[in-house]
Amino acid sequence: MIEIQGVTKRFGEFTAVNDVSLHIKAGEFITLLGPSGCGKTTLLRMLSGFETPDAGLIRIAGEDVTRLAPYRRNVNQVFQSYALFPHMTVRENIGFGLRMQKVAAAESARRIDEVVALVALQGFEDRKPGQLSGGQRQRVALARAIVPRPSVLLLDEPLSALDAKLRGQMQLELKRLQKHLGITFVFVTHDQEEALTMSDRIAVFNHGRLEQLGTTTEIYHQPRTAFVADFIGETNLLPADLIDLTGATARVRLEGGLELNVNAAQWPAGLRRASISIRPEKVHVSKQRVACENVFEARVAVELFQGVLDRLVLEFTGGTRLTAVVANESALLEAIHEGDRVWCGLHADDLVVVRTE
Amino acid sequence: MLKTSTSRLSPPSGLRLLNLGFGVWTALVFVFLYLPIFVLVVYSFNTSRLNILWEGFTLRWYLEIADNVRIIRALKNSLIVASFTTLASVIIGTAGAWLLHRYRYRFSRTIQTLICVPMIMPEIVLGVSLLVFFTVVGLELGYLTVILAHVTFCFPFVLVAVQARLQGLDPSLEEAAMDLGASPLKAFWLVIIPCLRPAIVSGALMAFTLSMDELIVTVFTSGLGSATLPTVVFGMAKIGLNPMLNALSAVFVVTTIAFVLFSNHLKKLSAR
Repeated sequence: MIEIQGVTKRFGEFTAVNDVSLHIKAGEFITLLGPSGCGKTTLLRMLSGFETPDAGLIRIAGEDVTRLAPYRRNVNQVFQSYALFPHMTVRENIGFGLRMQKVAAAESARRIDEVVALVALQGFEDRKPGQLSGGQRQRVALARAIVPRPSVLLLDEPLSALDAKLRGQMQLELKRLQKHLGITFVFVTHDQEEALTMSDRIAVFNHGRLEQLGTTTEIYHQPRTAFVADFIGETNLLPADLIDLTGATARVRLEGGLELNVNAAQWPAGLRRASISIRPEKVHVSKQRVACENVFEARVAVELFQGVLDRLVLEFTGGTRLTAVVANESALLEAIHEGDRVWCGLHADDLVVVRTE
Repeated sequence: MLKTSTSRLSPPSGLRLLNLGFGVWTALVFVFLYLPIFVLVVYSFNTSRLNILWEGFTLRWYLEIADNVRIIRALKNSLIVASFTTLASVIIGTAGAWLLHRYRYRFSRTIQTLICVPMIMPEIVLGVSLLVFFTVVGLELGYLTVILAHVTFCFPFVLVAVQARLQGLDPSLEEAAMDLGASPLKAFWLVIIPCLRPAIVSGALMAFTLSMDELIVTVFTSGLGSATLPTVVFGMAKIGLNPMLNALSAVFVVTTIAFVLFSNHLKKLSAR
C-alpha cells in the first residue's frame, strides 16, 4: 500500500529522517512511535505532502507521490490541533473535502450524514467548532478526514489533547472505526501504551532511524535494541559480557559479577558485549527457592505499594539491582516486605539480549 | 481605567484618600481632553456668529454646509480618496502580512520595520518627500497622487492588525485545507481570509479614518481639483472662524469616534 524507500529528510544540519525504508500493508493500523524529535512526525508529513524528502522514494497505492502536492494526494490527515475551520459549522467542516472534489450536493449531503452518524455527532451539525467539547472536535476532525474516502488516513498525535479517560475511549473508537472502514491508518504517537493498545504493527523510531518494525507482541517481547526495550513498557537493562557460548546456552556476566544463562540463539553473533532486558513482571520473587535456569538470593531494598501491583527493587550480592513487579501483597501467600531475604528466579526464555549502541 | 469605588471591606482611610485623589485626577484629564470638543459641538448649534456668547439654538450652520459647493465637492473628494486608499491598503496590508507570516525572508525583520516607519514618520517629511518624488517621476498632482500618498501610511495599520490576528491563528489551518484538496490559493481564500476578516475590517476602518482626517500630506500631494475636506476646512479657517466650521467639525468628530469605536469593537471580537 505505502512503500517508503530510503527516505531521508534534513533541516539544515539536523537529519530528521535518516534513510528509512518501510512497507505499510493495505488496511493495517500502523503506529510510528518514538520520543519527540525522532522523525516520526516528519515522516508523516512526507506522506501527507507537507514535506518533500531530500532522498528516497514514497509510493502510495503504486503511484510515486514523492513530490506530489498535498492537495493532489488521496491521503487525509487528522491534525494534532484538529485544525477545524473556526468560521464553518460542523457540517461545512466535514463537507469541505467533498466541496473541493466538487461532489454533487445530494451525494455530498448523504455522505456527510453517513459520517456524522458514524462518529455520533448527530444534532451538532450546525454548531461552530468553538461551541464543541474537546472530544467532539476530535470527532469532527476525524469525520472531516474520512469523508473524502482516502486510501490512507494519517493521524498526528490526535489524542494528546484529551484527558486520560476520554483518550482511552477514543482509542477503542478509532480502532473500531478503522476495522469498519478498512482504511490504512498511519498513527503517530510518543505514547507507547497507546501504540500497544491500538496498533497491528509498530514502527519504533529514534534519532531519525527506524529501530524496529514488528507486531505489538514482537515489539514488546522481542525488542532488538536497548532503545526499543527501554522505550516500550518498562524494563531492567543490564550490560553483560559473554563468558561462555557452548551448545544452546550462553553464559554471561553482569556488571555486579552475577552470572546468567541465556538462550544462545539470542546472542548476536560476533559480539562480546550486549545488554540483557528483563521485564519487571518476568522476575519471579518468592520466599521459597524457585525452579528456574537462573536462581539467586536477593534482598528487598525498596518496596513500593502501587494498588494492583507491588513494585520491589531487589539487590543481589555485588550490588546489582533489579526491579520486579508482583501482584499486590495481600494476593500473595506470604507477603514480601522491605528488607526481606527472598529467592529470585529468571527464566532463560524471558531474558532478551539486545544490542547496545 | 482607575477604580475609584471603594470596596466593601473599606480600606484604610489613607488609601481611600489616595483613591479619591486619583479619581479627581482622572476626571480632570478627561475634562481637558473632551471639553473643547464638547464646546465646539454645542456652539455649532448657536445662532450667534461668534463663538463667545450663546444666543439660541439653530440648525442653520448645518444647512449652510449642505449648500456650500466647495465643501460638498471636498467631501466627495475625501470620500473618493478614502475609499480607494482603504481598498488598496486592505489588499496590500493583508497580502503583506500573510507573506511575512507564511514565508521566511532573509531580511524579514528589517522589512517589517521599514513598513512601519511611515506610521510614525512626521507628516511634513512624508508630504515633502512624496511631493518631490511625484515631481521627479512626472506624476501630475491629483486623485492618484493623494491616494498613493495616503496608502503609504495607511496600509501599515492594516498589516499590523492582520499580523496580530495571524499570530493567534493555528498554523495547521492552511495545511488542513490543502490536505482536503484545496490549492494554496483556495486555502487562502476559503479558510485564511475568513479567519482574518475581523482584523481586516478593523484595519480598513483605521485606514479610512486616517485618510479622511489627513491634512498635511494631502496639502502637499493634492492638485486643485482633488482637495479633500480637511484641506478646504483648513483654508477656510485661515480666513476666520465660522460657525459653519463648528458644525462641520461636529459632524467629523461624531463620525470619526463612531468609526474608532466600531473598529475597537471588532478588534475585541477578533482577539477572542
